Amino acid sequence: MPGSYEPPPPGPYAKTPPAGPAHAAPVLLPGPEPRPERRLHPLTPLRRAWAPVAVILGWAVHDPNGTYRQLSALATGTLVLASLGVILVACVYGVLSWWVTWFAVTESELRIRSGVLFRRTAHIRLDRLQAVDVTRPLLGRLAGVAKLKLDVVGAKSRDELAYLAEAEARVLRAELLARAAGGAVRGPDEAERRVLWRVAPGQLAGSVLLSGGLFGSLCGAAFVSWLLWTASHSLWSIAVTAVPIVGGAATKLFRAYANAYDWTVGESPDGLRLDHGLLETAHETVPPGRVQSVRLVEPLLWRAFGWVRVELHVAGSQNSVLVPVAPYAAGRALVARVLPGTGVPEPVRPPARARWRLAWWWRGQGLAVDGHLFVARQGVLRRTTSLVPHAKVQSVHFTQGPWERALGLASLAVDHGANGTVRARARAADEARTVFHAQAARSRTSRKASPPAQWSRERP
Amino acid sequence: MAPGAGTSPTGPAAPSGRTARDGEAPAGPRTPPPPGAPPGAPPADTPWLRLPRQVLALRRLLLSLCTVPLTVLVAGLVGWLAGPVWALFALLPLAVLACGWVLLARNWHSWGYRERADDLLLARGVLWRRETIVPYGRMQLVEVTSGPVERRFGLASVQLHTAAAASDARVPGLVPAEAERLRDRLTALGEARSAGL
Repeated sequence: MPGSYEPPPPGPYAKTPPAGPAHAAPVLLPGPEPRPERRLHPLTPLRRAWAPVAVILGWAVHDPNGTYRQLSALATGTLVLASLGVILVACVYGVLSWWVTWFAVTESELRIRSGVLFRRTAHIRLDRLQAVDVTRPLLGRLAGVAKLKLDVVGAKSRDELAYLAEAEARVLRAELLARAAGGAVRGPDEAERRVLWRVAPGQLAGSVLLSGGLFGSLCGAAFVSWLLWTASHSLWSIAVTAVPIVGGAATKLFRAYANAYDWTVGESPDGLRLDHGLLETAHETVPPGRVQSVRLVEPLLWRAFGWVRVELHVAGSQNSVLVPVAPYAAGRALVARVLPGTGVPEPVRPPARARWRLAWWWRGQGLAVDGHLFVARQGVLRRTTSLVPHAKVQSVHFTQGPWERALGLASLAVDHGANGTVRARARAADEARTVFHAQAARSRTSRKASPPAQWSRERP
Repeated sequence: MAPGAGTSPTGPAAPSGRTARDGEAPAGPRTPPPPGAPPGAPPADTPWLRLPRQVLALRRLLLSLCTVPLTVLVAGLVGWLAGPVWALFALLPLAVLACGWVLLARNWHSWGYRERADDLLLARGVLWRRETIVPYGRMQLVEVTSGPVERRFGLASVQLHTAAAASDARVPGLVPAEAERLRDRLTALGEARSAGL
């Protein structure tokens, strides 16, 4: 026996099965197939244990008098026991839910098993993955852990892996994105990034201050103060009502600022990389092939400075900002990187007779179609320009009401895959009909010519 | 609204000669593509298909089921309580019935769908005209449904779902054989031309 040992012929499970129909069949039994399942970071239970404590604290802060009364009614011993009990239960629950939560990355999917009482296994197909974000809350940053959020088409809520060690989260994100993009896994390091645009803190502060929210709340506070003054002539009541309004507005502004602080748009083989955040940092990656539509938003107050906010619509994704504020030219340059083709055509107004249909805001309307994009503009005060690549158009609508027919007008709408509709209203009827039919042909041909959904395959 | 006009099966509602209305004529000469259309845009490969007559019958039945008892009820109850002259209020639901009878026919005439080489074209509406193009490659799901009333009339509806919920491509009543044919054809074409999101 010794010396003459021959390795046995490879069994059915001896090697990782090749990709193919046999492998695509669901594995029902936990067979000997290697399943590198992993647990989340050991600090995770703390987060869940923390929740009931936070609820109690929040209640106490919300209603201090009531809390004091309730607490003073209890004996100290009972109180300590009760809080210990709550914390113990929370800890046990936290540890249990951490204990039963596993995740594994296979060739084609990410599996997440979770649930103490109600078991749940999420199979996330990697080729349906739209975006992966790493967020690090303030406490998480101190502890060195991060949260991984996954955007999948059709899922109502985002699946997330919270928490992972920071390095692990980065590696996992790189791996998921590489697999989603159809490329080879590059190794522990994520793809290198090339910065396309970085928002200057001053400009960001200016844009936040010039947003409508601040003026709205200031006007509201002034109005309420005036009302109170005429009603009661009491400075005290004014202070009591106006301070929270202004305080709330300030908090909101600060939050917007902190969230968008140091907003950096980068480009990597995995897709567009968005990094931002002052207290809680977030790193998002959006494969450009998944962008369904882009919107340029120009609020009235920004137009004097020529600023624009660029929003992205990705199927299944919640966060939609590409860059919170940028000069118009830079915004358009970014758009040109996200969407195929060259630049953004300038929308054309509807004919002047449209004013009988749309009063004075017909001036804000616009439509332009070129070889790659369907572009519609809306809004006189707050101007939004929506761009949909023809390849992402799901359906096209032509509508004409009696009033529009009398004026020789018609409206167009295209639906894109991020569940949005872009409308061009009050166009000349024959133009609308031409575009309607041409749109179907265009989205057909550009779909044929469009790169595959897997982003990195289109690039050498 | 002006009911009664344009109920003839071939005539357009407005005498403006709009090509879309002409295109829906069930028989007769096929119309040329609309003026100004780019060359080869709408290939006139298949004729416009219409909803079966049963859809109209079904809708008229539903309308009658709502208005006729109401007429009787109003005539009886109001005439008995307030006097025979007040029973004239029963003319109101009767008028609704009469208008609805005509409008349903117009609406039924306005519906049409057309399978083109690469997409499905749906048209509907008389006053509020709406046309929709759904490329086959964009279809995520084809659904055939048939409610109890529809089944009674031997009808089934076909709905196309794309990734956009607003697509709203529904053929609201077909003979089951046609519904199945359409479903199979759409599914096959959708698979053949499938494209990612």
